[in-house]
Amino acid sequence: MAQDDNDGTEIVAAGSSSHGQEVAASPGTAVIPADGFENPGFPEHRKRVTDLDPKKAKSAERGVYTLFYLSIVGSVWAIAAYMLFPMESGDVFDVRLNNLFFGLGVALALLAIGFGAVHWAKALMHDVELADERHPVRGSEETRAAAVKVFQDADQESGFTRRSAIRNSLIGALVVFPLPAVVLFRGFAPQDQNPVELLSHTMWAEGTRLTLDPSGVPIKASDVTIGSAFHVIPEGLNELEHHKLEEKAKAAVLLMRLNPEELNETADRADWSYQGIVAYSKICTHVGCPVALYEQHTHHLLCPCHQSQFDVANHCEVIFGPAKRPLPQLPIAVDDEGYLVAQSDFTEPVGPSFWERH
Amino acid sequence: MTSSKRRTGRRSPLATVALLALGLVFTGGAYAAFSTGTAQAEVDATSQQTIEEGKKLFQANCATCHGLDGEGAEAGPSLIGVGAAAVDFQVGTGRMPMQMQGPQAEQKPVQFTDEQTKQLAYYVASLGPGPDIPADHLVNGGGDAANGAELFRINCAMCHNVAGAGGALTEGKYAPALNDVSGVHIYEAMVTGPQNMPVFNDLNITPEDKRDIITYLQYIQDNRSPGGFELGSLGPVSEGLFIWIFGLGAIVAITVWITAKSN
Repeated sequence: MAQDDNDGTEIVAAGSSSHGQEVAASPGTAVIPADGFENPGFPEHRKRVTDLDPKKAKSAERGVYTLFYLSIVGSVWAIAAYMLFPMESGDVFDVRLNNLFFGLGVALALLAIGFGAVHWAKALMHDVELADERHPVRGSEETRAAAVKVFQDADQESGFTRRSAIRNSLIGALVVFPLPAVVLFRGFAPQDQNPVELLSHTMWAEGTRLTLDPSGVPIKASDVTIGSAFHVIPEGLNELEHHKLEEKAKAAVLLMRLNPEELNETADRADWSYQGIVAYSKICTHVGCPVALYEQHTHHLLCPCHQSQFDVANHCEVIFGPAKRPLPQLPIAVDDEGYLVAQSDFTEPVGPSFWERH
Repeated sequence: MTSSKRRTGRRSPLATVALLALGLVFTGGAYAAFSTGTAQAEVDATSQQTIEEGKKLFQANCATCHGLDGEGAEAGPSLIGVGAAAVDFQVGTGRMPMQMQGPQAEQKPVQFTDEQTKQLAYYVASLGPGPDIPADHLVNGGGDAANGAELFRINCAMCHNVAGAGGALTEGKYAPALNDVSGVHIYEAMVTGPQNMPVFNDLNITPEDKRDIITYLQYIQDNRSPGGFELGSLGPVSEGLFIWIFGLGAIVAITVWITAKSN
């Protein structure tokens, strides 16, 4: 097939006798193939129906200009649709009509030009097989010498090498000039915060009440019936002025009440739950999606993103999927008014692995 | 039909389509008439007769699995204390009596009239107190759809999909789609937690909040996606599949056309 080079292409017409002959290799390096594959050249040129039949050519021509006219229609329609379907009422359904019809007009305008052009080129334009010979990339000795001379002259005339004080100060200036940008963008980054520290702690602290997401109403232990799932945020989250979502993303908790007999608790965590009520981080330990698909009969929690499954009855151990470690448990207790409170922050960082998570 | 005009003795291919359309219209119409007709049945919850009727129905249809007095057996759990709402939901949506034991009781044609369902429900409620069938003003919409949408996203969307299109769970279980589910059944599902759905009692989601959630679900049913084709509202999977097949297919077709030799 035809290959294109940037410049200096030499075009050899099909069937020309010179093409079959390869450029002679220098003696000594040539490998003479005993049963080499012979260049078959181009296949025989096959004429198109539009070359043979003027009627077909005419109809192809009609097809092409019809497409171009269609493109005009599409453009005009796009302008008309923009005015016919205004989206000033504020109703999202108006936006839908406007986008749909304007988009169809523009699509027709552009596609018709494209299809017309390709159809024109394929059916009507001059049709002949060509080969594009490739040239060596290396320039001639004269060109190379001239290029070197340009650099040498420039160096001579500017004194770049000779006036080393000027040259070095220029290099110094170039090295230093990006620094203001570095300082500027550094200013946007958190200054006094250690990311590891940020990832290791959440809003939960001793005595923080468990409240309903999104209302922030505290939850009484007696309100949680068996089989329930409560979506929980720490008390005070709604009053935060900054970083509310960041804090929520770390502190979100899912609260469930199981029949206490179905809960297998290890001795060291026996007092982390309250009468079958357990609280676990809602942030998947795989990549941090909210794990909230709770099956109350099987006590399985699953993550919709990558199908990790956690067994709530067994401290949320991973029973399936890519998550590596159990969901962190929030130790809970009940205060004197009967509200659920946290005993402490999570005892391990929530969410996916990071470089210094232990 | 068209055969007399053409005198070919063959049905037009459109005849099948027309027949299908007619059939669908009649089935839909009959269903609509049926479902609005039965919603009006009035059953006195407290009368002894209702409970007696319910008991008869229970012993004939439910006792095999749930025990003669609803005390539960190996095949079915105890129904003491599940309340009227649970029965109204399970029987009223056709999930009970269960067709076969499996990961999930499937919805199927309802087997009892609305009156019988209520009788069964009040009989079971008489066995022990439990959530009652919600009042009309809580299930007919009219709440705050925006608040309902937020609560739906927090509590329900992870299983039922943000547009209520349903989703898969584990081992063949699934969260059903919520379009065309009546407000009563949505409310009852929230308070009773049928099958693997967690319970959302009135202290977790207040009755007004439940009404808002039902309002939101009704809103998104009446106001379909403003963005065009929803592709089942299933999110990236169906959208990706669509663009993979039709978008890439179109690009492949155009590429083939551009590079093909003209004949």
